[in-house]
Amino acid sequence: MATVASPHSGTAAPDPHASYLAQKGFASWAFSLDHKRIGVMYLVAVLVSFLLGGIMAILVRLELLTPGRTIMDASTYNHVFSLHGVIMVFLFIIPSIPAAMGNIMMPVQLGTIDVAFPKLNLASFYIYCFGACFGLYSMIHGGVDTGWTFYTPYSSKFSNSAVIPMIGAAFIMGFSSILTGVNFIATVHKMRAKGLTWRRLPLFCWSLYATSIIQVLATPVLAITLLLLIFERVLHLGIFDPSMGGDPVLFEHFFWFYSHPAVYIMIVPAMGVVSELICTFSRRAPFGYFFIAMSSLGLALLGFLVWGHHLFVAGMSEYSTMVFSALTFLVGIPSGVKIFNWVATLYKGSIDLRSPMLYGLGFIFLFTIGGLTGLFLAMLAVDVHLHDTYFVVAHFHYVMVGGTVIAFVGGLHYWWPKFTGKMYDEGKARIAFALVFIGFNVTFMSQFVLGSRGMPRRYYDYLPEFTTLHQVSTVGSWILGVGFIVMLVMFIESLASGKKAPRNPWGSVALEWTTPSPLPLHNFIKPPVITKGPYDYHLATEEELSED
Amino acid sequence: MASVNGMLLFQPLLDAKEPPSDTQQLPVIMSSAGAGYDALYYFIYWFSVVFFVGIVGAMLYFVWKYRRRKGVKAAPTKDSTKLELTWTIIPFFMIIVMFHVSFDFYIHNAVASENALEVRVRGQRWNWSFQYPNGEGEGSVLYLPVNKPVKLVMSSADVLHSFFIPAFRLKKDTVPGMYSQLAFTPTREGEAQVFCAEYCGAGEKPGSGGHYSMGAIIKVVSQAEYDKHMQEISGPGDKKPDEWGKELVQKSGCYTCHSVDGSAGTGPSYKGLFGRKENLSDGSSVDVDENYLRESILRPNAKVVKGFENGNMPPFVFTDAKLDAIIAYLKTVK
Repeated sequence: MATVASPHSGTAAPDPHASYLAQKGFASWAFSLDHKRIGVMYLVAVLVSFLLGGIMAILVRLELLTPGRTIMDASTYNHVFSLHGVIMVFLFIIPSIPAAMGNIMMPVQLGTIDVAFPKLNLASFYIYCFGACFGLYSMIHGGVDTGWTFYTPYSSKFSNSAVIPMIGAAFIMGFSSILTGVNFIATVHKMRAKGLTWRRLPLFCWSLYATSIIQVLATPVLAITLLLLIFERVLHLGIFDPSMGGDPVLFEHFFWFYSHPAVYIMIVPAMGVVSELICTFSRRAPFGYFFIAMSSLGLALLGFLVWGHHLFVAGMSEYSTMVFSALTFLVGIPSGVKIFNWVATLYKGSIDLRSPMLYGLGFIFLFTIGGLTGLFLAMLAVDVHLHDTYFVVAHFHYVMVGGTVIAFVGGLHYWWPKFTGKMYDEGKARIAFALVFIGFNVTFMSQFVLGSRGMPRRYYDYLPEFTTLHQVSTVGSWILGVGFIVMLVMFIESLASGKKAPRNPWGSVALEWTTPSPLPLHNFIKPPVITKGPYDYHLATEEELSED
Repeated sequence: MASVNGMLLFQPLLDAKEPPSDTQQLPVIMSSAGAGYDALYYFIYWFSVVFFVGIVGAMLYFVWKYRRRKGVKAAPTKDSTKLELTWTIIPFFMIIVMFHVSFDFYIHNAVASENALEVRVRGQRWNWSFQYPNGEGEGSVLYLPVNKPVKLVMSSADVLHSFFIPAFRLKKDTVPGMYSQLAFTPTREGEAQVFCAEYCGAGEKPGSGGHYSMGAIIKVVSQAEYDKHMQEISGPGDKKPDEWGKELVQKSGCYTCHSVDGSAGTGPSYKGLFGRKENLSDGSSVDVDENYLRESILRPNAKVVKGFENGNMPPFVFTDAKLDAIIAYLKTVK
């Protein structure tokens, strides 16, 4: 448990009121126990991963510009799309919001000095890096061509690629995920400022709390699954090999028992970010605070019960498919509750359309599409045709990119002044948003139609009738890519020459905006005592709302 | 289609004489499941459109109506348990309806009728082969008589595959070590494209095929044409043995892995194969004669040529007459 003693390294005791960025030098970062610095290191790591995964995505789309060979052969294509998936899932999206953004902001939102176990926090970052090294090793030695799902027996007996180091990477990074989860749960339980009751817990913290529960409970199953796969590949154990009495479908069950809850590790924190954005830029407490908070826990729980919908056409019994179809529909309810509450929060608000809010509203738009197309796939009969087609690809990109990435980027815009002490160019930020939003929709809307017309996933080549839609999608990926480049330039400019950020640029009443920008070393000048909720705009004075 | 309880909503569409074909979002329908499927699809599609327009419409209206104005403060939030329960409970009933109609349709289509034509489907990297009830088989093309119930009994020789026929609105994985089934009735004559929908890799060498090329064509034909085709494939007709053998090799998808120009594919080339001395993976060698060819077709892994250990050729089943024809053909590839 962190004590009041400085959790920060360095020989001379640093000034606790100075910016957390004040200390310079490699060692001041590499050995820092400060949650903010660890968060920033995570942020850099996930952004580099996002760039890498993004380049892979652009290459995949480029190859699909024309039927037949465009820039690479089939085997290379299989490697590229597999790496896109592995990098985006394990290196980027799972740690993105919790480990990077949550690490920096959650202790501040809780009014405390650090997470519960600062050393564990640093350890989990290094474990992540260690895992990433394995991933890098695998990439240098040929990468993987199994898809990110590593289905047996292809991955255990047939693939000639560097499967073991890549599985090792995912296995190791799982520990990082578990440790972060444990840390966050303890922090939310034990480190809240005086007066910060559960009913006053910011919705972002609620979402991280729910996410952490999933991370702690589900990730060990992934670890076991991947370990078994390594044994299978190296020692020919036969658990998943029918010629030795094993069952390849068992691997699918094991894999999705983690990987479906993992979908909620990815989306629930994003919903937390969006709740913050909607409230701040509407200057209004969330409608149905309790229901939004509980729906995060509801999603965390339901997430464990629906893995079978990935196996609707895998040869499961008809009655298992029935149960999983019914349970899958239930996920729609907490998701719907969140969306309805966000829209109701806007009602009679005072809405400011600055760039973070654009991402918040963009999230509602895109996630609604992602959620509704999930209904198509939950319906057994309809899924049979759509399963493993581009419809599914489009659906999960609407949830993972339209949802999580958009919320992640929105959160980055929102908390950027706290992270860096700098403001960014609002005009460029809006241009980037417009490009990302339009590019994303062009890329993936066309894929819904490709899928429903019968285009299967993970295809290097396609029939001529699909050419137009593939080309629309590829052009969309270029718009999307340009949008992210504009955003990158804008953030780099901000770091180099951005205006100094005020304490509270958005006029929010939440706790994190009462403390200087960038955050001071100890987060607060003196430990805060909480007397009202994080969204009590109606109790706020003009001074508190002023954007200074 | 039999009247299915709970599907009454879609009855007009199901009763339509000419099924709606090749709509914007779905390909042409060629099976009994198609019309009902499209009705369900468009039902959920329009449901989603209404919900989406409602949610995003309300969002955009509020954003415009309550845009920030000087001196106007946001109204304090008053929670409403009534409203929360409303938008929890009403969707709950909606999903019950959706689940019911969809499962009902699914389960009625999952069961094959008793007099169904039973066809064996085998998936192997990267082709499909078929075996008709009379024991005759062929690759890449499957003939089915129109309006006759069909049951496909499917398996895989190597990795997971998935037998996907968009025009039939059907898909099922094939799994090594177990059988999976599909039941349907083709309702329209013509050609239906089959895809593999479960990722199964690709050959290392360019052009050696892969998941993306693992297709087949289902030819839905009249009963008379089907019968005629059955006769054709069960005997050589007026073809010479080696011509028939070549046809069998082609239809069985052998060329996916074996070339005729001497280049090494996933398996050894056929060029000059007969009479050649091959070094085997166990260090011994063998003269390629009739018996070696016969054994290598029926039990491919008994004697594997050195350098092709990763080929994983699945066993093929042929009648003696066909084996003779194939061997006769292989002797001609020089």
